[in-house]
Amino acid sequence: MNFEIPKEVNTGKIIEVSIGATPEQGGTRSHTVTIGGSTALPFHFFEGEHPHRPLIAMEVFDKISNKYPSSLLDYYGDVIQKPGEMAQKCVDEYGAELISVRLEGTHPEKGNKSADEAAEIVKQVLESVSVPLIITGHSHYDKNNEVMKKVCEVTAGENCLISYVEKDNYKTIAAACIAYSHTLVTQTPIDVNLAKQLNILLTEMSFPPEKIVMDPLTGALGYGIEYTYSIMERIRNDALAGDKMMAFPMLVNPGYESFRVKETRAPEQDYPDWGNVELRGAYWEIATAMSLLVAGADLLIMYHPQAVATVKKKVEEMFDGRGGD
Amino acid sequence: MALSGLDIFKLLPKTNCGDCGVPTCMAFAMKLAQKKAELSECPHASEEAKATLGAASEPPIRLVKIGKDHPLEVGSETVMFRHEKTFFHQTGIAIQLRTSEGESTLEQKIREIEEYKVERVGEQLEPDLFLITHDSPEKDIFLKTIELVIENSTKGIILDCAEYETLKAGASLLKDSHASILLKKTVTDEWIDLAKNYNCSLILTSESYEDLATQVEKTKQAGVQNILLNITSKNTGLQIQQNTILRRSALKKAFKPFGYPLFNQINTESEFDMFATAAALLCKYESIVALHEYNRALLYALLTLRQNIYTDPQKPIQVDPKVYPIGEPTPESPVFVTTNFSLTYFIVSGEIENSGISAHLVVCDTEGQSVLTAWAAGKFVGETIAKFIKTINLEQQVTTRKIIIPGFVSQISGDLEESLPGWEVIVGSQEASDIPSLVKSLSLT
Repeated sequence: MNFEIPKEVNTGKIIEVSIGATPEQGGTRSHTVTIGGSTALPFHFFEGEHPHRPLIAMEVFDKISNKYPSSLLDYYGDVIQKPGEMAQKCVDEYGAELISVRLEGTHPEKGNKSADEAAEIVKQVLESVSVPLIITGHSHYDKNNEVMKKVCEVTAGENCLISYVEKDNYKTIAAACIAYSHTLVTQTPIDVNLAKQLNILLTEMSFPPEKIVMDPLTGALGYGIEYTYSIMERIRNDALAGDKMMAFPMLVNPGYESFRVKETRAPEQDYPDWGNVELRGAYWEIATAMSLLVAGADLLIMYHPQAVATVKKKVEEMFDGRGGD
Repeated sequence: MALSGLDIFKLLPKTNCGDCGVPTCMAFAMKLAQKKAELSECPHASEEAKATLGAASEPPIRLVKIGKDHPLEVGSETVMFRHEKTFFHQTGIAIQLRTSEGESTLEQKIREIEEYKVERVGEQLEPDLFLITHDSPEKDIFLKTIELVIENSTKGIILDCAEYETLKAGASLLKDSHASILLKKTVTDEWIDLAKNYNCSLILTSESYEDLATQVEKTKQAGVQNILLNITSKNTGLQIQQNTILRRSALKKAFKPFGYPLFNQINTESEFDMFATAAALLCKYESIVALHEYNRALLYALLTLRQNIYTDPQKPIQVDPKVYPIGEPTPESPVFVTTNFSLTYFIVSGEIENSGISAHLVVCDTEGQSVLTAWAAGKFVGETIAKFIKTINLEQQVTTRKIIIPGFVSQISGDLEESLPGWEVIVGSQEASDIPSLVKSLSLT
């Protein structure tokens, strides 16, 4: 029986964004990575191009939150206290393709570390690994601006991915990114219009579009992931239909979000139906990551080594030997 | 193919009699095209109109039921993306039983899976089906396994057995149970007859679109309408593409042979890999996934994902707006306020409980929106919260005048104090998980 594959040709294309800089480019990374470039929905090779495979980053911390479950802490042992060594372990043993340095300890209510302390930690991580870096801040505007300015300055030329700016707090950090050659994450709370608006605000201040990554705000499995999922599908559909202010690669945080919820912490004896807590943490993160991947995620920051291994292998399989960096 | 209003108008009597309740035939045709009316409302419709419209109004993807007492219903989907409307029938989860595992293991597994039920956001979640794969040399164990499932479970059954006579004996045990037969080679008349005789649905398998369409046509013409499609591929990425192509063909091209629910049996080595595939396929159009391994943590995570993705995006799950007692509150216990989005309620009430205090939790009507969304929409601001508190007569029920609002809406505290004279508004934590430390720092009792 005759059958013709129904293809949908898109006019839009996701902007290609590179992170990191080699010595020739003014940085110290051994290589750069690139995300974006898609001309079709995720994994739709039959009707478009996906020149770059989604990438998996892992995260190191300036301060260990007491919320991290023991199932995760046990995996790393003491090394979790040492961001440089932890970064090395993530890259060498677990296959992280980028490292995110989360500077939550600089938040005035969560340790109030100084900008200089943060800069030291970032420099330490830069020296420990050769992959490109993501720098992840927080939502205390004044302190975050101070810290990010300093971090952008000491990593000048490295083309780090600076995460993140918000609608009411973007100018200082965006200016620092332009001044010191970094790439920027625009974060908006699970809303298509707000996402577009922030991207417009940035491009209006002449921020280069090829230096923008969007963060639609990840919800964890069981905690509103369906909202993030659908917002991402809508953003990606709009982008492929030609909306240039939506056509940026998307960053998501399955690790951070999954390991904040009760389901990755609560002991099995209290919730027998929920099963083994260690496995559960990995499954929770995998489910969060896989659903967001099919919705359009290009860069995922993940925590559990088993989840990282599983999702990375799955992405490679789904690319079937194509693309990647 | 869906008919336009004009196409439908041509089939109507064009008398503008108004008997259907709509003044003109054209207006009625438009309503029919938008599926806002049914042809039966027109008492003068011709047989031709009934036949043509009947065929056009067939759902683009057929609904198929598997099981007897609580059948799983799959198919009947209408959109490619859940934000376009909703996904109607959630992915069925089938657990594979291999007859080579032996009777005692099988019996234990069946009991375990039958007992596995987990509650989340007021819904009971559980796996739906058993896939019985016959891979033992003994015929009897296949029949025994079917009997064990019938005895111990109400879940539906999919039969996977390459040998005709054995399968036939198995299907005869399940007559009128709406079982399904997973056929891994090209369909022939004798398998179709078997499905017909025992009232089973047929899962047709192929790696090619053309061959699959040919098999569907043959099966349909021979009188079996309850079909599922099993298009196989060598990896998850290809599977997503093929599922998309099948769904798109059915919905956008009205390609009838692919207007059926999709089935996939995941064959991978590791449980983690299997789980990752199942999670992706559940999002991308699979109507049934069959798993070869399971544990409670795996099932809980997968069932939660299914519940999330198959939630109707236009109807967020809501709880009743009212005052909820947490612990054993007295009139002096503090008052917390939040929105009636079910997840918000469950998380906030859970964390107040965690903190060890008793409190009154006021859940405002925000039409199921979460705190920030409701605030942005003007449904969770000083005025609306104050009005709700007055409506429920909270001031007559409690003597405390301390009210704690979510940290994310600290900006409404002034307005709320103005609208609620005599109350002290306390800005709480942004994250519910910080409620216990908030309670400690405020020395609330």
